[in-house]
Amino acid sequence: MLYVVILFFLVSIYIYCLLGGADFGAGIIELTSGGKSRDRTISLVSEAMAPIWEANHMWLIIAVVILFNAFPSVYSTLLVSLSIPLILMLIGIILRGSAFTFRHYDAIIDSSQKVYTRVFEYSSLIVPFFFGLVVGSIISGKITASPSDFYEGYVAPWLNFFSITVGIFIASLFSFIASIFLVSESKDKNQAAEFIGRSKKAIIITVASGALVFASSVVDGVHFFEAFFGNRLSISLMVLATVCLPVLWKVLEKGLKWPARILVGAQLLFILGAFYSVYFPTLVRLKDGSELTFYNSSAPQVTLDYLGWALIFGSLIIFPALIYLFKIFKAGERLS
Amino acid sequence: MDNLLAARSTMAVSLAFHIIFACIGMTMPFLMVISHWLWLKKKDETYLRLTQAWSKGVAIFFAIGAVSGTVLSFELGLLWPGFMKYAGAIIGMPFSWEGTAFFVEAICIGLFLYGWKKLNPYVHWTSGLLVGISGVVSGIFVVCANAWMNAPAGFDLPAGQTSFANGGPVNINPVAAMFNPAWVSQTLHMTIAAFTATSFAVAGIHAILLLRNKNNLLHKRALIIALSFGSIFALAQPLSGDLSAKDVAKRLPVKLAAMEGQFQTEAGAGLTIGGIPDEKTQTTNYGIKIPRLLSFLAYGNFNAVVKGLNDFPKSDWPPVLPVHFGFQIMVGIGFLLAFIGIMFWVLRLKRKEYLSSNWFLRLVALCTPLGFIAVEAGWIVTEVGRQPWIIYGIMKTADSVTPVPYQIVHLILFVVVYLILSVIAVWLMSRQIKALDSLQVNPK
Repeated sequence: MLYVVILFFLVSIYIYCLLGGADFGAGIIELTSGGKSRDRTISLVSEAMAPIWEANHMWLIIAVVILFNAFPSVYSTLLVSLSIPLILMLIGIILRGSAFTFRHYDAIIDSSQKVYTRVFEYSSLIVPFFFGLVVGSIISGKITASPSDFYEGYVAPWLNFFSITVGIFIASLFSFIASIFLVSESKDKNQAAEFIGRSKKAIIITVASGALVFASSVVDGVHFFEAFFGNRLSISLMVLATVCLPVLWKVLEKGLKWPARILVGAQLLFILGAFYSVYFPTLVRLKDGSELTFYNSSAPQVTLDYLGWALIFGSLIIFPALIYLFKIFKAGERLS
Repeated sequence: MDNLLAARSTMAVSLAFHIIFACIGMTMPFLMVISHWLWLKKKDETYLRLTQAWSKGVAIFFAIGAVSGTVLSFELGLLWPGFMKYAGAIIGMPFSWEGTAFFVEAICIGLFLYGWKKLNPYVHWTSGLLVGISGVVSGIFVVCANAWMNAPAGFDLPAGQTSFANGGPVNINPVAAMFNPAWVSQTLHMTIAAFTATSFAVAGIHAILLLRNKNNLLHKRALIIALSFGSIFALAQPLSGDLSAKDVAKRLPVKLAAMEGQFQTEAGAGLTIGGIPDEKTQTTNYGIKIPRLLSFLAYGNFNAVVKGLNDFPKSDWPPVLPVHFGFQIMVGIGFLLAFIGIMFWVLRLKRKEYLSSNWFLRLVALCTPLGFIAVEAGWIVTEVGRQPWIIYGIMKTADSVTPVPYQIVHLILFVVVYLILSVIAVWLMSRQIKALDSLQVNPK
């Protein structure tokens, strides 16, 4: 049953990065769009996200619940050592969800819309940045359970070059995913062309920040570069993710909605797959060289059994409901 | 402020904020689907407008409830890592089910809010109903976890130990933990409280609007729906409160003593109404005492012995003053709302014209915040009343607090964010009401 629980954990993280990531990325795209197309972008993002964003963000809660239920010592360790970036991320989550809803539901349309929009956009950038920062920190090997001072215990684990570059990488990856999703939501050819252009820019930034992650790992002495390139599986997955790109451009130019979405989903799967092919079963790398893994930090078997069944039954309810939701709101006609 | 107090205050602020939105999220969908049903059956456009007006409220409050709930799933670990390290494996199960229920709620709310044109009317209506049902179910799961902190069950301490200081729990049974001895009384009490508080708040707001314009049909119908729904639960609440009190008397006698400001152990103890407990002189002054009633209410016997605070070491006392006041406020408001509930039904059945009289509308208007005040007071009773324990009798709150210093900063950040959000939420509601009269009748 441990493997069922691990599978659900990884699937939740994956779907959160894909769907939640697309929502965050949409906010970043709004932030970086100016000029004439700005208003159109804002209304497109609002319309595309409104029915589904609440559901998309449930995946984070599922992942957190799995973590504290099945791997309680990992949860406690992370929420102590990384409390500062996590608190900042949470404030971003509160502001973002509230601002998006206020923008959509405020009965009177006036200058406060600008405030909601600004808050929504900036928090859309802040949350994935800190999310990435946290991901970087858990593998950076700077977390310690018995710190000698405040800096070592609660600042050094995340305030480092490596973690920051992972934060930037995640934020740019999410905006790439969002731009691909928005191509297929576009109202007309001009808008679609604009988002194709934007997704090309986003992928350049993503690849560049990815390279920066490798560089920073060498500078910061994080065992990442060698680990990644010393593993055949991770190399082949990264190659696959890259090969998807030219195919993706072709598909986008033909205006094929679902193949484009599936391709970007596959790319994310390859990237996460590459990550876990290097790090599985590690959950946290500690400063003293030891590791908290899916195996050595798991809750007693009986807890895993009940959690596993709860997740299986839950998914039997959630997945059909979710597919129905997306069918109603996202199945629309093919781009003309 | 020391770290423990700052952490407790952060938790209190986060919970106090979230609970309002959680209550609204559990109740408003039901009011909404009642109105929606009446629209489908009677084709009276007032009900359609009311449904849409309420659904906007649901959308705003659900979103704030969802994000503040997400925050709480992290706050548990940010503030109480020592607790979560051991409790996670025991009491995680209701949270995993809660995740499913919450997920269903989020999916259905999307379907309801944006499905006006896309769904069959009855499928659409059902999606609204499911928002309410899954909201209540997820509330029940969360309260189960809280009940476990009051009535820990479903595990054993390591052999020869009285705490987790030298090792985690053994013989874990997640089912027994979830269905702990307090789960029925607590989930019942909280669900009824959410229904009552929200319905009276909704009724209060529409009463205020009716006082401005007596002929507004929409507000009249809203008032009837909200009061009919809320009054049923207001009447049921004293019964569920009695169940809760008996449960507390049995398992947490020290909490009961603090709730009542009962310092001395006494046979045939009287019920104190009001009064100010003084921990120094160990007396509760200025209260009204009804002889023998406490013994009866707690144990069903007028001569039963009620344990006083003095029977417990002072280190195990909760802060008496807030617990006593919280309890008095909660019970006082509970009875007041039940009384208004009876009055509503008498008027509705016998003297309909009084329902739109100024005095009745003013009375209902005054109730707007009362239910929520009672909910907050009730949470003070249960949470402060359990101190100094986080898991009653097993783990002290002080032993579970985060080692991260400067929790005061954490507290200030969340106080500021939640204050701003509260102000905006109230402001948004007032704008919704302003726009209500110009609301388009045609569904989007």
